[in-house]
Amino acid sequence: MTYIPHTDKDREEMLAVVGVDRLDDLYEAVPENVRFPDLNLPDSISEMEVTQELQALSEANLEVFHTSCFLGAGAYNHFIPSVVDHTLRRNEFYTAYTPYQPEISQGTLQTIFEYQSMMCQLTGMDVSNASHYDGATSLAEAMILALNQHRGKRNKIVISPAIHPHYRQVVRTYSQGMGIKITGDEKSDTESKDLVKMLDGDTALVAVQYPDFFGNITDLSALGDAAHASGALFCVVVNPLALGMLVPPGDFGADIVVGDGQPLGISLSYGGPTLGIFTTKDKYVRKMSGRLVGETVDNRGQRGYVLTLTPREQHIRRDRATSNICSNQGLMVLASAVYLSVVGKQGLRKVAELCYHKAHYAAERIDALKGFKLWNKHPFFHEFVVKCPRPVAEINERLLEWDILGGYDLGQEYPDLKDHMLIAVTEVIAKEEIDDLVAALEEVSND
Amino acid sequence: MEYPKDLKYTESDEWVRVEGKIGTTGISDYAQDQLSDIVYVETNPPVGESLQKGETHSAVESVKAAADVNMPVSGVITEINESLADTPELVNTDPYGEAWMVKFEISDPSELDGLMDAAAYEKFNEERDH
Amino acid sequence: MTEPLIYELSSPGRKGVSLPAVDVPETTFPEGLVRENLPLPEVAENDVVRHFMRLSQLNYCVDTGFYPLGSCTMKYNPKVNEDMARLPGFAFTHPLQDPGTAQGNLAMMYALQDWLMEIGGFAGMSLQPAAGAHGELTGILIIRAYHQDRGDKERTKIFIPDSAHGTNPASTTMSGMDVIEIPSDARGNVDLDELKKHCDERVAGLMLTNPNTLGLFDEHVREVIELIHGCGGLIYGDGANMNALLGVVRPGDLGIDVLHYNLHKTFSTPHGGGGPGSGPVGVVEKLVDFLPDPVVGIVDEGDETKPPLYGLITPKKSIGRVKAFHGHFGVILRAYTYMRMLGKSGLRAVSDYAVLNANYLLAKLRDTYKVPFDRICMHEFVAEGHWDDAPDIHALDIAKRLMDYGFHPPTNYFPLIVPEALMIEPTETESKESLDAFIEAMLAIAKEAREDPETLKSAPHKTLFGRMDEVQAARQLVLCCRPGYLDNPDNK
Repeated sequence: MTYIPHTDKDREEMLAVVGVDRLDDLYEAVPENVRFPDLNLPDSISEMEVTQELQALSEANLEVFHTSCFLGAGAYNHFIPSVVDHTLRRNEFYTAYTPYQPEISQGTLQTIFEYQSMMCQLTGMDVSNASHYDGATSLAEAMILALNQHRGKRNKIVISPAIHPHYRQVVRTYSQGMGIKITGDEKSDTESKDLVKMLDGDTALVAVQYPDFFGNITDLSALGDAAHASGALFCVVVNPLALGMLVPPGDFGADIVVGDGQPLGISLSYGGPTLGIFTTKDKYVRKMSGRLVGETVDNRGQRGYVLTLTPREQHIRRDRATSNICSNQGLMVLASAVYLSVVGKQGLRKVAELCYHKAHYAAERIDALKGFKLWNKHPFFHEFVVKCPRPVAEINERLLEWDILGGYDLGQEYPDLKDHMLIAVTEVIAKEEIDDLVAALEEVSND
Repeated sequence: MEYPKDLKYTESDEWVRVEGKIGTTGISDYAQDQLSDIVYVETNPPVGESLQKGETHSAVESVKAAADVNMPVSGVITEINESLADTPELVNTDPYGEAWMVKFEISDPSELDGLMDAAAYEKFNEERDH
Repeated sequence: MTEPLIYELSSPGRKGVSLPAVDVPETTFPEGLVRENLPLPEVAENDVVRHFMRLSQLNYCVDTGFYPLGSCTMKYNPKVNEDMARLPGFAFTHPLQDPGTAQGNLAMMYALQDWLMEIGGFAGMSLQPAAGAHGELTGILIIRAYHQDRGDKERTKIFIPDSAHGTNPASTTMSGMDVIEIPSDARGNVDLDELKKHCDERVAGLMLTNPNTLGLFDEHVREVIELIHGCGGLIYGDGANMNALLGVVRPGDLGIDVLHYNLHKTFSTPHGGGGPGSGPVGVVEKLVDFLPDPVVGIVDEGDETKPPLYGLITPKKSIGRVKAFHGHFGVILRAYTYMRMLGKSGLRAVSDYAVLNANYLLAKLRDTYKVPFDRICMHEFVAEGHWDDAPDIHALDIAKRLMDYGFHPPTNYFPLIVPEALMIEPTETESKESLDAFIEAMLAIAKEAREDPETLKSAPHKTLFGRMDEVQAARQLVLCCRPGYLDNPDNK
């Protein structure tokens, strides 16, 4: 029996100790008429057979190891140094449980503490939790924090349309039982100055993305000031890799900075698991949901780490908890901590710069093509939008013939951006691949 | 376990000291003992806010529990104890004195009649510990 | 035995991994938008490796030894799962690439949806929720949406047994519903009489963990479910304890309307030091339209010449998206590998031996540790970590002393309805020898409690770290470190 060590002898001895004759007798309490259903499941197979099957399944996919990936939109093909996966494969890390017994979990706890520290330095905030599920749920938790901070007296959340569509959808799903209003993203061309006009005494939170979903980097300090003047909290959704190069939101008045940690050493893996970054100012630490690791000493005088402020959490506050979150993305936190450690201060800046330069080279070359036009009016980081001469879906289908995975079709989520493609360029893309993309686009536009 | 005789008590372990029209309130010795080491006290309502009997005005946290602290009777907040933010341990060491949480103007003195005196509260605790 | 922080190993100018030079013409950086300071560590690669190696050695893990943590199902994490998740054909797929180019992924997800539906007796399944608590929120929102859709807007009450995991009431509050706590009776079942008192047309549903957190299969589960259905409510099943029910009973057959699974418990995916998990949600026919957006479906049936075409489908009355992209694909893939290997007979064996192991421990420990609800248990049971003739010893002390014997302690102080609770779940992957060693340790500790209580009260002694000062951690919050040079501007 797979992974079950019991021999027939073991079983018989144990049944005797328990005092029943057969295994089936253990289920007396289960109603007889529904007991032991005949499940329509395949039979068991060996490890060898399962690996062969899965190998074949994996080969039925297109993957970006062999295809030039220009698709971003919230998930990016970055280089992951070998050290990261070797560390993730340490059994002591991945087969460990939540560090509720700190004496035998210092590895996990100190890793989380280091991750929390690096997130604070990256975002310019005072405190970070041990992560949420992803960037989208982090934004939803930011909304919850703001509503609680205002003790239910403010019921409006203002969000920019240039926040990732999935994130905005998740915020709406989370809020459906809360009796609040989510607004601001009805029109795709709404900018910061327009959001300022929406702030009032009923606004609990205003949220924007930086760089935004279209790649734009804009000066958000005026919005931050306006938010504070109206008493609303100011939340910025970031790409943490971009913060290797860009001014952190802590410098322009953010109260909460959230984002997805996937670009920091986490493989694409069809979108999950990743991790949700959540950082904020000291004054909101007790309203922040999620696990938190703090420094202390043990009874032998050694520095050590523990889960702290746990009374905020569901297992103690129960129905008065502000969030139901019970876990954190433990292993992904380790991945990001290792990535940031091995890439380091200089490396992260370098990766960000490589992305920046390559993306701008690509944008310039594509903009020069007949029929294509760079759409961004603001500086951008590593993603930009081009207006295309044909529907994006058609272009992308043709690009596959060149082993190129084209950018995101913005028309799917933004009706007035039909035929606009969101293109991402990361450090793994060589100049030749960009030149190939340009040549392919030229040919496709001439069809 | 201390039960000062000049105070009145609620079933949710709050005490109130009445001096003229002003009430002072906090949590009882029994409550701080149950919670053990207090690490944080948060007093929320601004001065001037009117709260009903039973409404939450503060929250206390220990390493293993968190509890809301409620108004023993209705009143309008006149003062909050700012020092508890820096020295939450006072709740453990002096729950009836230095660890008072809020002072308020009593809205409806008749509500005091529904509270327990020291002897009744002590008996109440003996029964619930069984 | 402390390990320095990564910042303490840092030295200005040190570089870690090597990166290529820029191979395109450079573009000027945008004015005013570039940061001056980036306070991240500067450590050489081999020192990074040593640092995390040494940290790993401070951890206990399932691959080291036994973790009898009740409600966590700490079973063996198969290594083949890890290899499969890393196959480039899976690891290098982008969530937004056209579904036509990700048929391997979608076929796998579709099969897993199918198997989870079959095991649970459900008609629809979403793999999107990222964890059990996330699945709970999803399930309660589905229940709410179902009632709202029928115009039944007054239904706001959710019944929750007092033995429930804290995420249950927390999830309920997050969805804007009201928690009504229902006590357990003397045998650990949901108190039917109490339930009858509160049943009315304002009931949206009941959240049921069965077996419950005491490890007991509710003896009145049919009546409880019929009662709630009778007053128009739905039943949410917390599937955390499915390890006892695989091939034994299908929650859907009992009348459960919506249930979440924990892939990181029942289906062997690793706990990773706290995550990632995955909490797929299964529903009965009438709730299928409300599932999160999207689910994996067949968009073209195919025929003898071509296979079916899988795609992502938005359910007609979906509650919406609960996370970005499709769910925890890497975790889903690991669970798929496990279930594909075990198959029908293997999954049934999981429950049989999980339940046998738990009852074996119960039989051997019940004379030494008080078991308040003492009947045949399912995959876990709760004992009291306290004796009247050793009044100073608490469950915490027993837990800490177990570490000196080389075991991770069981779950402490949960469920709340048993004082000094020790919740013990061995899982099916522990051998008889492993269980016997644990029993020996537990009996030795019981003896020590009377003969040498001081050793327990100051335990652990043999671990690298002793008890942590949690009061200090909470009173003097130190939640992140700052690199030293941040405070010394000359030292950039």
